Amino acid sequence: MVEHRLYADGVTARFSRTVAVKNVTLGFPTNTVTAIIGPSGCGKSTFLRCLNRLHELSRGGTVEGSVRLDGEDIYDADVNPVAIRRRIGMVFQQPNPFPTMNIFNNVAAGLRVNGRITRAEVAELVERALRGAALWEEVKDRLHANPLGLSGGQQQRLCIARAIAPSPDVLLLDEPTSALDPIATQSIEELVQELKQRFTVVIVTHNMQQAARVSDFTAFFYLGELVERDVTGKIFTSPSEARTEAYVTGRFG
Amino acid sequence: MTGLTVLAALLALLPLFAIFADLVAKGASSVNWDFFVQNPPTAGATGGGVANAIMGTLLVVGVAALVGLPVGIGAGVYLAEYGGSPFATIVRFLADVLNGTPSVIAGIFVWTWVVRPMGHFSGLSGGIALAVLMLPMVTRTTEEMVRLVPHSLREAALALGYPRWRTTLQIMVRAAWPGILTGGLVAVARIAGETAPLLFTALGNLNFKTNLLQPMQTLSLQIYVFATSPFAAWHRLAWGAALVLMAMVLAVGMAARYATRSRVGRG
Repeated sequence: MVEHRLYADGVTARFSRTVAVKNVTLGFPTNTVTAIIGPSGCGKSTFLRCLNRLHELSRGGTVEGSVRLDGEDIYDADVNPVAIRRRIGMVFQQPNPFPTMNIFNNVAAGLRVNGRITRAEVAELVERALRGAALWEEVKDRLHANPLGLSGGQQQRLCIARAIAPSPDVLLLDEPTSALDPIATQSIEELVQELKQRFTVVIVTHNMQQAARVSDFTAFFYLGELVERDVTGKIFTSPSEARTEAYVTGRFG
Repeated sequence: MTGLTVLAALLALLPLFAIFADLVAKGASSVNWDFFVQNPPTAGATGGGVANAIMGTLLVVGVAALVGLPVGIGAGVYLAEYGGSPFATIVRFLADVLNGTPSVIAGIFVWTWVVRPMGHFSGLSGGIALAVLMLPMVTRTTEEMVRLVPHSLREAALALGYPRWRTTLQIMVRAAWPGILTGGLVAVARIAGETAPLLFTALGNLNFKTNLLQPMQTLSLQIYVFATSPFAAWHRLAWGAALVLMAMVLAVGMAARYATRSRVGRG
């Protein structure tokens, strides 16, 4: 029996009346990378945003079903979504560092909001997060500079550092390289391999090569449904479903 | 086409330069040390200054800012962050109506609800009347500024585990702060020269007063009274007061520009 850090059970997500994700059941084994692929508008990003209770904050966004984090349903009535989001970090498509904070404070933001913490602890955890995001060497001499002075790839690694600083259990990456050049993309992909030592990673991507390179498991979404989920090698060589094969061989999407 | 727009731009600037040139030409000669430290001379006499009106303007506009800025900024943040509710729609509509209300009506309103119950005119009631005029301006510019902050910052904060109120205050309002401050200063500059609402509230006073519960002079009221008087000395003081008032408004406007420019936060 595989141990799932996160398990989505029968998740349906709507925007008002429009169904974006239909009854998806999908598990994420501890310390693995799961890639979610599929054509634009297939509901993969919306599904990701159900995993940290962000979708319900969108206009008209509602979620049915359950998502269990270490066995506990994050949609239970007595669960505070703010506490859940502290345990499940997220990185977005466009790098979005806080422009009103310097580099150091960007990484410290999630630590400080989590509660009482000493200056020394913050400094130590910020350095650790920046090292974890492979950014420390590049920014250690300008921690008090504005993050908007960094390149796009550096900004995205800063966002990863910000997300991992509070040591979440799960890290959600929503097309984290779609706004980056190939070299920055490569460094993020290498980083994902290291991140899975410490976190359970879910990455949404519309780049199939990326899914093949970074993930242990791949889930294929189409029109809001989960078509197939399997070991990544199998999805790209001998998928069970005809639609998956058509997509990964480039016949549509 | 370009020529026409340049011409229009020049025409738009013309009144400002004309006014300023006129004020300097006619008012500069009366602005000296006495002008700032002495009170107006008795009718017909020469010399004196407008110390009472300068102090009064600072106090009355100060009260207006103290009341109008926090309430207006708070309401604007509410509209930007919780703008979908029916209540917000009503608030927004009323703010627009208030924005179009003639300022003399604001004066009558405050006369009815503040001056009459208190039994006398006062600098305080003048400040409240100006605050009423400021409110819709500050509210709507604050709302616009907070709305301009990218939605992605809100999501970044929420995904980090920021509660909603901290996301609003520490991320959204903070990012919008230079713009909010500019809007607030522009509103202050805009009401600093109001005269009509003060006629029923601050009333005016030929003596130097710092007690906000008493009738108080302001530069705008001073200009109105002196310019319509038959005395040449008062006319000269009116020109000087106009120049000083204009300079104060310009200074606030320049401060507003500076607030927008220094954007980078250190946190």
